[in-house]
Amino acid sequence: MAPPIVSIRDLSKLYRQGDINVTALNAVSLDIELGEFIVLMGPSGSGKSTLLHIIAGIDRPTHGSCRVQDTDVARLNESQLADWRNRNVGFVFQSFNLIPVLTAFENVELPLLLTGLKASRRRQQVTTALHLVGLIDRQHHLPRQLSGGQEQRVAIARALVTDPPLIVADEPTGNLDAKSATDVLEILRSLSQQAGKTVIMVTHDPKAAAYGTRQLHLEKGEIVA
Amino acid sequence: MPAVFTLLVQSFLGLTALGIVAVFLTAHFSAVPVKYNLKSVFIRWRSTVATVVGIALVVLVYVLLQSLAVGIEKSNASTGDPRNILIARKGATAESSSLVTRAQLRTLQYFEEIERNAAGDPVISADVLTLASLPRKGQGGEANVLLRGVTPRGMELRPQVHLVAGRWFSPGRREIVVSRKLAGRFANFDVGDTFKTGPTTLTVVGWLDGSGSAYDSECWMDADESRSVFEREMYSTFLVRPKSPEAATNLIRRIESDKRLQLRAESETGYYQKQTLTAAPIKWLAGFLALTMSIGAVFAAMNTMYAAVGARTREIGTLRVLGFHRRNVIATFLLEGILLAMLGGALGCLISLKWNGYTTATLSVESFSETVFSFTITPTLAAQGMFFAAALGFWGTLLPAVRAARLPVISALKAL
Ligand SMILES: Nc1ncnc2c1ncn2[C@@H]1O[C@H](COP(=O)(O)OP(=O)(O)OP(=O)(O)O)[C@@H](O)[C@H]1O
Ligand SMILES: [Mg+2]
Repeated sequence: MAPPIVSIRDLSKLYRQGDINVTALNAVSLDIELGEFIVLMGPSGSGKSTLLHIIAGIDRPTHGSCRVQDTDVARLNESQLADWRNRNVGFVFQSFNLIPVLTAFENVELPLLLTGLKASRRRQQVTTALHLVGLIDRQHHLPRQLSGGQEQRVAIARALVTDPPLIVADEPTGNLDAKSATDVLEILRSLSQQAGKTVIMVTHDPKAAAYGTRQLHLEKGEIVA
Repeated sequence: MPAVFTLLVQSFLGLTALGIVAVFLTAHFSAVPVKYNLKSVFIRWRSTVATVVGIALVVLVYVLLQSLAVGIEKSNASTGDPRNILIARKGATAESSSLVTRAQLRTLQYFEEIERNAAGDPVISADVLTLASLPRKGQGGEANVLLRGVTPRGMELRPQVHLVAGRWFSPGRREIVVSRKLAGRFANFDVGDTFKTGPTTLTVVGWLDGSGSAYDSECWMDADESRSVFEREMYSTFLVRPKSPEAATNLIRRIESDKRLQLRAESETGYYQKQTLTAAPIKWLAGFLALTMSIGAVFAAMNTMYAAVGARTREIGTLRVLGFHRRNVIATFLLEGILLAMLGGALGCLISLKWNGYTTATLSVESFSETVFSFTITPTLAAQGMFFAAALGFWGTLLPAVRAARLPVISALKAL
């Protein structure tokens, strides 16, 4: 069997606030296989986002290791980490985080500007990504001209345009109506099932959780199920 | 200026230039598209416009003052013929404060280094310079005007001076030719007008133009008549034309080493170029004003850019999540600040063009007379203005850009 794409060992994250220490993650160990669609659930403050951020290389653990493919993410410096994120992770935010002054096309193109690809090749990849989320006809629209659901689909296109092995999403349907949420979840599922991407999604919504291939429950910084 | 200070200023400018080049290179090779900056800048357009106008003002003041200095330098530089030698009393700081005698003139006439004209006379002009206090146009009060008594030889030696209206003066009839540029500033300077200086009434019979030289600030009349009108026994200076450059060198050495003559000789161009010193205070003023106003402009730019960073915290975090480096974030904000400032610089340069060629006057420090010159905006000056603007943008944006780059990546998810 292939080695796990994400391998977490004894991972802890402490926040020091004045005299009190907050334990966001407490000695978490976890393996995630290639192509899995992991759903992270748990009460507010249980450490879901913290875990997701560490896997995505935008936060650092206090103890333990987090290997993604062959890279110990915690050991990379700031600049290596930026390059690593660009190549390996697509991030989908709860509040979309599109750049308001750029069109859908330009937003999706952003991560490619760091790759050294030629403009024609970039255009091709952006077009493919926008096709995949069904928004090619909206490519010249600005974020404010799109609905929330469409914005989130543009954000997904931006997350997958560099063809990263890992897609992480923090409550991607939290700001969406039921119909848009379904669209987004369908896209994420097909990314995992058809494109073979590993998807890790945080959600509070049991219906959304049903799309996953495996559910993990966090409580007080520990995986309980 | 002390050498250390010059070195400091130069290294500072060099550093700024390097910084700006680095920003453009970083922005060119890996980057957040420039369109992002251009469009973001106009979202908070009020503070943007304030900054642009502020920088435009600083650049305008700087370019205008520098263009005055350029005008003065140009006037001094285009005065004089490199073949001519100006001879004045030892120790005299200006032509008008120099006094030379008729005995000295007789001695010089026999110097064989001096060219002879077709009639066999030595090409030597003894000029008489006097200052007359004359009423300005309107309510301007009075100002000193330099009156030059010249001989026909003196006019031959200064071919850049030509008549643009009326006729030249004829000796013995109390006639004078005034500079056209002065005519715009003094009362009774039109052709046909008369004005009094002391007990004498002079008639304006023509206008002269000095082709941008210092002669644009003079009025000319006959030398001997000038001596009689102003009751002067002596002349002020001699202007001579040596036979050859070698003869010129010999002549200067001969005059300088002759203890009895008590005269100083140097090339006419050299003499007027030294008068360029008068442009120095204006340059200092330009520098000083630019510096003090710059401080204000830098803080205005800083304020605008801090606000920009604050308002775009989440965007910056998002860019970082997508893989943009700290240096990309610094470069994109610096680029934004520099472009903003250069927009102001371009505006300042454009407005300054309105004054290009505009004639004004100052009091000459050497002769205490009204000296006219024109604002001259050269491409170099405009380029300096643009660099100045870019430098303001660079220094005003550096701290906000560093703050932006130091924001944690997580801020993409927290700031709402
Ligand atoms: N920057 C921080 N400083 C201090 N404490 C923090 C910080 N970020 C998170 N925490 C704490 O870490 C714990 C876990 O936070 P986390 O954001 O991972 O929770 P979560 O499970 O994502 O919650 P939610 O469902 O509300 O998003 C919480 O107790 C939180 O207060
Ligand atoms: Mg969370």
